[in-house]
Amino acid sequence: MKHLIALLALALSTPLAAQDSLPPAPYAYNQLEDPALEEQARELMLTLRCLKCQSQSIADSDAPMAGDMRHQVRTRLAAGETPDQIRLWLIERYGDYVSYEPRVTASTWPLFVIPFVLLLIAGLIIRGRLVARGKPEGGAAG
Amino acid sequence: MKRLRIFLWGLVGVAMFLFGLFAYQLTQPKDEFVESAMIGEKIPPFDLRAAVEDRPGLASADLANGQAKLVNIFASWCVPCRAEAPHLETLRESGAEIVGVAIRDRPEDVARFLAVYGNPFTRIGADDISEVQLSIGSSGVPETFVVDGNGVITYQHIGDIRADDVPVILEKLREAGA
Repeated sequence: MKHLIALLALALSTPLAAQDSLPPAPYAYNQLEDPALEEQARELMLTLRCLKCQSQSIADSDAPMAGDMRHQVRTRLAAGETPDQIRLWLIERYGDYVSYEPRVTASTWPLFVIPFVLLLIAGLIIRGRLVARGKPEGGAAG
Repeated sequence: MKRLRIFLWGLVGVAMFLFGLFAYQLTQPKDEFVESAMIGEKIPPFDLRAAVEDRPGLASADLANGQAKLVNIFASWCVPCRAEAPHLETLRESGAEIVGVAIRDRPEDVARFLAVYGNPFTRIGADDISEVQLSIGSSGVPETFVVDGNGVITYQHIGDIRADDVPVILEKLREAGA
């Protein structure tokens, strides 16, 4: 029990201790001056994963690292990069994991193809049944 | 009737398989590490000011000077970094050159940290907005990268270095040409 409490205390104390003393990056909490660019930044930040708190987007997270990622997003947009370029820049560093927007790749294409295949199979089965049902009834009526 | 029964048993089979799969996956330890996709890539250009007075800062050019080395991402506010300090010292004594990147840290805090836990670094750059950390695909502190003489990342160690990680890292460093 003692060990459990000690362990729990340790687990609970880590987030507190893992706080730095520096102020947030300039564009972590400040919006871009251009509202159109800020809108793009906002949209992009909602689909990028916070690496520290992995179920949140960087727009939702108050982790210092998420702030630093928002700073990257905003300054890169302001410097003329497109949202897609910034997303790719992060994927090149952290893999697909960092993006909440699914991509069609060598390992993900079945996810996109299977629904259509299933729909096709279902359609064929239904057609087969309708044809099979139609025939005897048609025969009976005729 | 017989076909229906086979079909129903088939459904039971599918359900059992799914439950089995869930049970198996739920009992697997969760891998929370986000690995860098930059292994095998050259470290992007950067130039960081010195994090403390008695060590020079760190630039990407220092990592491409022909000498393979360890890049340790750390911070004075990071608790596991204290635990790994003695092992970094062992690595240094075994001949590894270690450079540091201090994440979001004040000079006085870094100096105090090094005074207490030791300073195995030849250079320490101050990364105030995690810029370099993000550029090499590191997602936390501490992390340690093996970088070859051309500034190419060859290995990433996530989390604090424990005693049994030391030989592995020395081997990776040797493979990188140190």
